[in-house]
Amino acid sequence: MNLSIAAQIAQTHLMAKKRQTLVAMLGVTFGIAMFITMISFMQGVNQFLEDSALDASPHIRMYNEVNTQRPSLIDELRPNGFNVVHHQKPKNEQARLKNGLFIAERIEREPGVQGVSPQVATQAFYNNGPIQLSGTISGVDINRENKLYKLTNRLKSGSLNALKTNPDGLIMGNVLARKLNVRLGDKVTVTTPTGNTRVLRVVGTFGFGVGTVDNTKSYANLSTVQEMLLRDPSYITDIHVKMLDPMQALPFGKRLRAMYGYYTEDWATANTAILAGEKIRNMLTFVVSITLLVVAGFGIYNIMNMTVINKIKDIAILKATGFDGRDVVAIFLLQAAFIGLSGGLLGLAIGFGLSYLLSITPFDAGDFLSLDTFPVIFAAKYYIMGLLFGVITTVLAGYFPSRKAAKVDPVAILRG
Amino acid sequence: MSVLSAQNLNKYFYDPEKFHVLRDVSFDVQRGEFLSIVGKSGCGKSTLLYLLSTMDTDYEGQITMAGTTLTGRSQDFLARFRNEHLGFVFQFHFLLPEFSALQNVMLPGLKLGKYSAKDVEERAMEKLRLIGMAEYAHKPASKLSGGQQQRVAIARALINDPTIIMGDEPTGNLDRANTENVFAIFQDLARKGQTIIAVTHDSDFAAGSDRVIEMSDGQIIATHENSH
Repeated sequence: MNLSIAAQIAQTHLMAKKRQTLVAMLGVTFGIAMFITMISFMQGVNQFLEDSALDASPHIRMYNEVNTQRPSLIDELRPNGFNVVHHQKPKNEQARLKNGLFIAERIEREPGVQGVSPQVATQAFYNNGPIQLSGTISGVDINRENKLYKLTNRLKSGSLNALKTNPDGLIMGNVLARKLNVRLGDKVTVTTPTGNTRVLRVVGTFGFGVGTVDNTKSYANLSTVQEMLLRDPSYITDIHVKMLDPMQALPFGKRLRAMYGYYTEDWATANTAILAGEKIRNMLTFVVSITLLVVAGFGIYNIMNMTVINKIKDIAILKATGFDGRDVVAIFLLQAAFIGLSGGLLGLAIGFGLSYLLSITPFDAGDFLSLDTFPVIFAAKYYIMGLLFGVITTVLAGYFPSRKAAKVDPVAILRG
Repeated sequence: MSVLSAQNLNKYFYDPEKFHVLRDVSFDVQRGEFLSIVGKSGCGKSTLLYLLSTMDTDYEGQITMAGTTLTGRSQDFLARFRNEHLGFVFQFHFLLPEFSALQNVMLPGLKLGKYSAKDVEERAMEKLRLIGMAEYAHKPASKLSGGQQQRVAIARALINDPTIIMGDEPTGNLDRANTENVFAIFQDLARKGQTIIAVTHDSDFAAGSDRVIEMSDGQIIATHENSH
């Protein structure tokens, strides 16, 4: 087999029928471009939804489950007796984590932990004039909380420092602030479930892009919330932990539970619904990608088949004058590789262009998602996949018919 | 010295129904012989030539050429053999339409790889000059007339100085002058030791060759030598 002759013949074939070559190339191009655009967009959406939900939640949340079911005293004393106890109230137990600050410090020293934020979280009523809205208020060390949730990036107005210098400061979810009709510097009356009321000043607003957070949550200083609840400075109800590797949170959470005896909830459990949705979307993406690739693959196969069948007489002539099967196959593989590669690269470029256009298209998602434009992912692996698929399909689609043609007696073709 | 030997060749067509095209055809061809095969349309002479050319492998019997048994060989072996030992001129010339006349002639030479590309080009030009087609060397084959294409096809058959040159009506599309020219070339080649086997309708052409095999209904019915 002489590759340079094969290359020369392949080149002449491609150049002689420029329109046909172009059509074959475009067949590959459109398939790949659609694949790139679709998968970039769908994965972008998936990633965005996942990120926006998970960024706002801790990897591990440790808290004291107060309304745990407990057996009645009589059940404990006479386990096998016929005991009837109606409507037993939960024990009057505080939601505090004993030695919470100390536990937080110890967790912080564990390897693989990115940050720990001990806090006091409680239900609260926000009052502004006649408006009353229920929500939550978290007393935090704002520096530590910032380290976990990158609050600096989430701030819509005000600053985190203002909270540190103002004991009566409040950083409020932006949707909640709008509903209460308060702006930076305005005062809000906050009522705790135990009935205490305190007037706080809004020193900042934040937006996570997650409705359930931005709608209800506010941050205040740890000591402020402890005072509002009439608790001592060691009163901690929640410890939020972020890990360097989110997957490590699952075993680590179990370990913490065993070590400290408090209830822990990892991000996977807390976001079961989101993760289930994620699975469905991934499946959907997979199905759509496969469909696109199969359709594109058939298109490519047809075009290459036609290209070879159009040249079947030339194959017979080449064989008659002494070119063997491998030469014939090489000639068409080279053509297929050229069509696949150039069509595929063009497809990648067009796919990138379409994805880019999509990624700068303005999109108003309202308050619930922090989106200005459509979410699109630009990942090299999809481009590599697309190109590989295009080239391999084209080459196979060129290989099979040309190998078949190479095996036939030349006369069988030439005699017609 | 026998350069080609055909033993008991039998060939069937199966479509539309089984048809016995060649019946027990056997003959030998000597080195340097100029042989004509004649007969009426449908007598099987073209089919016989295709068997001999190794481009049709669906037959019974045995073909030996230049000391090599060709029956039962692989397609690739036969392709290599054709490249080196066989020049074939088709009735419908069959050039590659995208290539120039010169490239068409050069391709089998490049494939053989015996000479450098530059030498192959020189040799191809020489063959085209011989056949009177030098001035059309760089024209695409698809732009040539039928007679011109046929002449290019003859030049292509000669490029590798094959042991045997076969032609299926090699002068069928040529005018008087060119037919005579081709005939003279064939005679010259035969004198120099190459073997020519041509299927023809042209009685003058047949009469000028060394030996004539006459076929009818798939059988050889007569063989006669021409004395010049």
